[in-house]
Amino acid sequence: MKSGQLFAWFAAALLAVPAAQAAGFNQLQPARSAVSFVYKQMNVPIEGSFKRFKGELTFDPARPEAAKTAIEIDLASVDTGFAEGNDEVQGRLWFDTKNHPVARFVSTSVKPLGGNRYEVAGRMSIKGRTLDVKTPATFRQADNSGVFEGAFVLKRADYGIGEGMWADFGTVANEVQIKFRMTATAAGK
Amino acid sequence: MPATTRYTGAAIGLHWVIAVAIVATFSLGIYMHELPLSPDKLKLYSWHKWAGVTIFLLVLARIVWRLAHRPPAPVAGMPAWQRQAAEAVHVLLYVLMVAVPISGWLMSSAKGVPTVWFGVLPLPDLVGKDKGLGELLETAHKALNLGMAALVLVHVGAALKHHLVDRDDVLVRMLPMLKKP
Repeated sequence: MKSGQLFAWFAAALLAVPAAQAAGFNQLQPARSAVSFVYKQMNVPIEGSFKRFKGELTFDPARPEAAKTAIEIDLASVDTGFAEGNDEVQGRLWFDTKNHPVARFVSTSVKPLGGNRYEVAGRMSIKGRTLDVKTPATFRQADNSGVFEGAFVLKRADYGIGEGMWADFGTVANEVQIKFRMTATAAGK
Repeated sequence: MPATTRYTGAAIGLHWVIAVAIVATFSLGIYMHELPLSPDKLKLYSWHKWAGVTIFLLVLARIVWRLAHRPPAPVAGMPAWQRQAAEAVHVLLYVLMVAVPISGWLMSSAKGVPTVWFGVLPLPDLVGKDKGLGELLETAHKALNLGMAALVLVHVGAALKHHLVDRDDVLVRMLPMLKKP
């Protein structure tokens, strides 16, 4: 009985350590985060990015499965890598930012893959279409912040990004690599 | 004797292939840059760049030929100023045939679009993406091209003058099919 009590104490003490930092990282820092992409135009890789996005991210290294994120990207802040492209992709055939100003990603599950690797699944909404997406991500802790980084391939046609004369993948490829780096700090730090 | 009065087949071949390619690529550049953005425009830009890289390589081959061979001497009886002018125009044309594609390649890199020859062979980016530099190189590419166009007109005009007015063999030695039997 006594040893059982001791064990319970010991177990509680063990659990208490992560519990003390249970808040984890929950303040997304857009200024220290980035959403960029690489697309292929005539087989030439071109880098672009989104300058404005916001959202939430809650991640406790002790309970990764409980992690959650919701990111909203201001599509009008797109930089396609060349000036002409920036105006073009806001048009009706691409993002149609007038009617669909925001792209949204809401996580549904975070699965630890071992080490610092995770698989984040979620719902991606762009241009009125919502689809399931999955992305690998790595997590690292730097000073007082936690940084999620990863990349996945999104097929633009799935969301009707680039319709009409752009629907052919010969000039602009269907596959677009999305890269993200999300930095969050702990609350109150 | 014939070696000094006309160019070799290689020189003639390279001259005309490069000439046709430059006129076509120059015209394409003039045509494409004002087009509204479309897949076709992106294709034309790629073809223009591929052509530019190809011309650059042909020009290098031509320079190698030129360094290895003595070209035919100027025709007899030409005034000194004409010989000097011809020499200057030829040197400048070589300089521009090298400078024009390089300026286009650098401009493309500065604008954030690497050049991938025929969509297969990526050329290195010698300069990073930089808006100001991109605009500067665009101006340079245009100016060099306009300079080259002016020189080409002088070059063609002089060749025609030699052929039609002076009735010498300056044009014939680069275009043997004109030779009268």
